[in-house]
Amino acid sequence: MNRLRANDWLFWGSVFAGYLLQLMPLPQALLPLKPWWLALVLVYWTLEAPERVSLGRAFVLGLIGDLFVGDMLGEQALRLCIFCFILMRFRARLRFFPMWQQALAVLALLVNDRIVLLAERAVAGLGSAPPSYWLAPLVGMLAWPWVFLLLDDARARLRARES
Amino acid sequence: MALTRNDTAPLFSPDTANTLRLIVYLALAIGLMVSDHRNGWLTRVRYAASVAIEPMYRLASLPSQLARDAGDAVADRARLNQRNAELERELLLAQARLNRLQTVREQNERLQQLLDAQHSLDVGVQLARIIDVDTDPFRHRVVVNAGVRRGVTAGEAVLDAHGVMGQIVEVLPDTSIVMLITDPAHALPVKSERTGLRAIARGTGSLDSMELQNIPISADIKPGDKLVTSGLGGHFPAGFPVGSVRGIRNDPSGMFAVATVAPSAALDRSGEVLILHDLPDAIGPPAPAPAEGPPATAAQP
Repeated sequence: MNRLRANDWLFWGSVFAGYLLQLMPLPQALLPLKPWWLALVLVYWTLEAPERVSLGRAFVLGLIGDLFVGDMLGEQALRLCIFCFILMRFRARLRFFPMWQQALAVLALLVNDRIVLLAERAVAGLGSAPPSYWLAPLVGMLAWPWVFLLLDDARARLRARES
Repeated sequence: MALTRNDTAPLFSPDTANTLRLIVYLALAIGLMVSDHRNGWLTRVRYAASVAIEPMYRLASLPSQLARDAGDAVADRARLNQRNAELERELLLAQARLNRLQTVREQNERLQQLLDAQHSLDVGVQLARIIDVDTDPFRHRVVVNAGVRRGVTAGEAVLDAHGVMGQIVEVLPDTSIVMLITDPAHALPVKSERTGLRAIARGTGSLDSMELQNIPISADIKPGDKLVTSGLGGHFPAGFPVGSVRGIRNDPSGMFAVATVAPSAALDRSGEVLILHDLPDAIGPPAPAPAEGPPATAAQP
């Protein structure tokens, strides 16, 4: 029971940190490099604790993200749903990939997400994106191992303390 | 809890059920987007959720705030002294200019009294600070720390020391969102200071340039021309600097010229900005006032 609690804290804490990092300011030059932190956090939880992530939850988390960013209600919700759906489909395989293959899979997922976002923007009449638009998935790929190690370590510590 | 297997197979296999669920959620998201695009729900929802959103913004801007404070704390004396001297010089210059303006203003007031003009040129201005938060790197919005509680309303112009920065597009109780003039969705009526040529300055999506589209090829405009707000449209008061023309080229059709403009406001820096409250009397097309009829007081609702 207690352990479940601690894990809950870790889950919501990591999601919160994801939102916070998304809003965190960066120098102008680094702005396009900002990865989609929330998605990276959800990759971890989908792989390691799939009962915590459902499509419904992804939808709601995306909606909350939309509230913070203030673009269009439903934009992130749609992207996150697609993201999590693909992730859940391939979860069994992804889990046993070595880290670098996982990172490549994350890259593919994030690039796919950028394409979805581009389509959304085109429908909303926002026009094309600069080349730097495609850099964020690469940074996301590079960030993934660290996110994984950090969260996994935190979870392992919690587990060790409980037992 | 024991897992019981019942004989009736589920209606859908787990995979199909998941796909169905995905489709439902996608439809829901698209529905939300469309209705939001049409009715602007998001603003209202965000206003209601501002209790959660505003602290989040403050929290996210905390590290950069701390870094800046720390930078101030350890900045070396020489640099501070130099900056101080610089500012003093600037203040002196501004003061001198202000003194000259004072006399012009008095003269203007006298003339206005002569003309019996009842509207004043007083500009209601409010200082606000930019909160360091980026919401979306591909849209040019900034968040400032003044909202409804301080009397800000959507549509007001935002300036910095060098020129026009943008306009308020959304207000929350204690913060508001500013769309910068370089946002691809922003357009600003301007005129050339030298020739009075009117044009519309559109954002391009990069922080250091705007475009004037559809200028006649024969128009008198050249690099270096200063652009100011024309006041047409009534949103922005006339006469504030916007930028200067950087270059001119032909548009793809060859029928018109396109000028690139470097904005004069320091859009990439954060700090204090001025929010301009609606002028008592918007400069724009004159209101259609009926000359005859019942007295104006009777027409008031």
